[in-house]
Amino acid sequence: MAISAPDGEPAVSNTYHKSRTWLLLPSWVVLGALSLVPAILMLVYSFLTKEFRGGVIWEFSLAAYDQFFFDRGLFGDDSPTLDWTYIAIFWRSFWQAGAATLLSLAIGFPTAYFIATRPVQTRAIWVFLITIPYWVNLLIRTVSMKFLLRDEGPLNLSLMAVGLIDSPLQIVNTNLAVQLGLFYSYLPFMVLPIYAAVERYDFSLSEAAADLYASKWVTLHRILLPVTKPGVIAGCILVFVPSLGSFLAPDLLGGAKNYMIGSLIEEQFKGNAGNWPFGAAASMILLTIVLVILIAFARQQSRLERGRV
Amino acid sequence: MAGLSVKLDVRSYSGFKAVTFLCLIILYAPLLVVTIYSFNASNSIASWDGFSVHWYVDVFTGPESAKFKRAAWNSFAIALIAATVSTMIATLAATGMIRAGKFKLRTLSFGLISLPLMVPEIVTAVATLIFFNAIGFERGFATIIFAHIAFCIPFAYLPIAARMQGIDETVEQAALDLYATRQQVFTRILLPLMTPGIISGFLLAFIVSLDDFIITNFVKGAGVETLPTAIFGAVKQGIKPNIMAISTLLLSVSVVMVTISYFVSKTDKTT
Amino acid sequence: MEQRENAIDIRSAVKRYGSFTALKEISLSIRDNEFFTLLGPSGCGKTTLLRMIAGFEAVSEGSIYLFGEEIENLPPNRRPVNTVFQNYALFPHLNVLDNVAFGLEMKGRSKLEAREKAGLMLELVQLIDFSARRPSQLSGGQQQRVALARALAPQPKVLLLDEPLSALDLKLRKTMQLELKHLQRETGITFIFVTHDQEEALTMSDRIAVMSSGQLQQLGSPRDIYETPCNMFVADFIGDTNLLDVQVDAVKDGQAVCRLAGGHQLNCEQVEGVGPGAKVHVCLRPERTFISEKPTETENLQGRVVENIFIGTDITTLVELVEGPGFTVRTSNSDRGSQGIFEPGSDVFINLEPGAARLLMD
Repeated sequence: MAISAPDGEPAVSNTYHKSRTWLLLPSWVVLGALSLVPAILMLVYSFLTKEFRGGVIWEFSLAAYDQFFFDRGLFGDDSPTLDWTYIAIFWRSFWQAGAATLLSLAIGFPTAYFIATRPVQTRAIWVFLITIPYWVNLLIRTVSMKFLLRDEGPLNLSLMAVGLIDSPLQIVNTNLAVQLGLFYSYLPFMVLPIYAAVERYDFSLSEAAADLYASKWVTLHRILLPVTKPGVIAGCILVFVPSLGSFLAPDLLGGAKNYMIGSLIEEQFKGNAGNWPFGAAASMILLTIVLVILIAFARQQSRLERGRV
Repeated sequence: MAGLSVKLDVRSYSGFKAVTFLCLIILYAPLLVVTIYSFNASNSIASWDGFSVHWYVDVFTGPESAKFKRAAWNSFAIALIAATVSTMIATLAATGMIRAGKFKLRTLSFGLISLPLMVPEIVTAVATLIFFNAIGFERGFATIIFAHIAFCIPFAYLPIAARMQGIDETVEQAALDLYATRQQVFTRILLPLMTPGIISGFLLAFIVSLDDFIITNFVKGAGVETLPTAIFGAVKQGIKPNIMAISTLLLSVSVVMVTISYFVSKTDKTT
Repeated sequence: MEQRENAIDIRSAVKRYGSFTALKEISLSIRDNEFFTLLGPSGCGKTTLLRMIAGFEAVSEGSIYLFGEEIENLPPNRRPVNTVFQNYALFPHLNVLDNVAFGLEMKGRSKLEAREKAGLMLELVQLIDFSARRPSQLSGGQQQRVALARALAPQPKVLLLDEPLSALDLKLRKTMQLELKHLQRETGITFIFVTHDQEEALTMSDRIAVMSSGQLQQLGSPRDIYETPCNMFVADFIGDTNLLDVQVDAVKDGQAVCRLAGGHQLNCEQVEGVGPGAKVHVCLRPERTFISEKPTETENLQGRVVENIFIGTDITTLVELVEGPGFTVRTSNSDRGSQGIFEPGSDVFINLEPGAARLLMD
């Protein structure tokens, strides 16, 4: 490393600095056209007038945001009152995503910790075991979950066969099913950052705590958790954010009662309600929330890193 | 004895092992159950009538086989094209980001590359649909490919960039010092060393494309189906045994590819 | 006599990183066929200078000549100099033979010829049996030899070595020091060696350039630098030194009469620019002084023994001078018989060898 940082001065590999523009141009063009421009157009569409059979009329309108927040009565001429319908859907999504995140943390932390304390040779295999299901098609995983949890599904049948329950537990179409589905969708995102943090953790800190009369659980709470906090927070964000906008788990496992943001948005473009500006506005609100969370997270991580020096 | 060693070892927490096994059970039980039931002889999913490969035969010859074959063909073709293109773009971008010094637009470029990862997928889907609508591009096979290329770039980029960061740059300097041109350094030193990362990136992009439901569902044209959209459509009518056979096949493809990727990184002789 | 052309001429080279100046106008010449060492603490700019010669760092100002040819604008792959990197930088995906053959191949030799020559180089470093191995299957010392063979194979005009021995253990390092020295003699190639280890530099070099804070402090043979350091930094950095603050009372016949804080006087050889009244320093090497019970004919200092430290071949005695500062005397264990050991607490005289005291300005 010393030669790459001559006598302690920061150095940057710049073998290809002359061709930099050409190397980056394809990604700039593709992502600019297919990520950045679409995001801007989405913002624009949210301020346009809806066309009834999908699409928009190029006329400025605040109707989409108005519809999201306010109720103007059946004919649209009452004085606006705050409408909770859509806000409640967002709120429920937050709640579900939060519950799924806690569930992932409760199971993911011990798992990540257990893996990180295995002998070095077997760690990769454990990580591999945890990540395999993630690579299986999300739709198939969600369908499998539904099949397993069904009223007449293998879980209920076996529980009844053992005699633990008399009648099938209704799990599908409940909040729990959605939370399990979300947990199942994004668990590796919780395990991997925590695993990385615990792997870097210096266990002589735990020994020092034990030496100073701390019990194991006190050590966990006072030493291990605070030291591995950046990994824990990263894991929570990585589960929470995609859960918030997820579509498949709530749609297949939750049913109509457990409607979340993803379904609300999807309906505006695919279903009969067909209100593009409203869908764009709901997407913009979701995007804004996510960006706020990510920025807060980035700030916190950099603060933690600075405090660590 | 074992109890004492657990007590003495500051690393081990009783119960964590049990949670880990619970975690693995939750992860694997649904997949195992579906795999087992795909071999069910029964016409209904509710009862077990003995072992049979009946539903696998049905997948290839049954009444719905044409629809699913068409969808599978679309899925694999899209995944192959999207993964190839996005891996090439990501390889170039990683070289530009990691091997071309500091520059003003670096943070911005990184933000652009990771944008599809940070934004919820449904938002990406909405934005892409609106984009094609706004420029008047008719939805169909091509729109899916374009959307997938953009969406797969960060997934291909991550392992390639990680690998590239792991390559000691003095190795390139040594090659330059030994009279290699920059192009020769790229083809003879950098590319061979990056191969495991590029393979991982490609496989990752391939699986991500193969898996994608939400974006595809938004940008696909009428009548164009991929496996996930076809399965979703079928599941909406209720889970049928043939769906479980298809799911098991697709599941196997993913597991095989991930396993290949795992062993590619394991057998890497350079480290 | 015709003067031989220099291998490297560095003329007023400056290196800046933004507002930070890493090298401040360095000018030096490295002769053909010499073992030249750039010595200094980390951060002194020695590696930067080496990398500028290799072509990995651009020169902000000034120029570099290789056998009379200006090279500072050539990319590294067009400069006939090769580098042995600190971490060796062996190509991990190529076997040992192909690593060594790489440079020859890049210079346009056929694969066959390149491998043949590479084989000869591997024989020279006694690693021919390891040709088919990957670098990761070699020990640190073996990797070091491969790196050396690889850099020498294309027959560079100058070989640059960036702290190549720093990753080896002490014993191996000593062996490699001698081996490198022999290799340089055999090949007749100019070696430019970077190190922060003064002992290594003294052992191996024909000439040494001592650097600090981006500046050249002193250039000379190992003996010159050790015995006649030109300033406080060099005296302190090379070997162990006693440094005493003194004031010059008078100058006569090339001798300066210096007075210590307590009034005791010492005669030293005068240095240019030092006149009566100047506040300067006297540098005394511990091994050029010895202890006795009574004053001798030569210059003497008075003090009391604080501690004796046994360090194998020598004994180091710490003495507190009557003027206050501490002083170190080193006595070879083989000489001890004649003098015995002075127990802590004994009052002693420190005798200075003639010419041992050297005046230094700040």
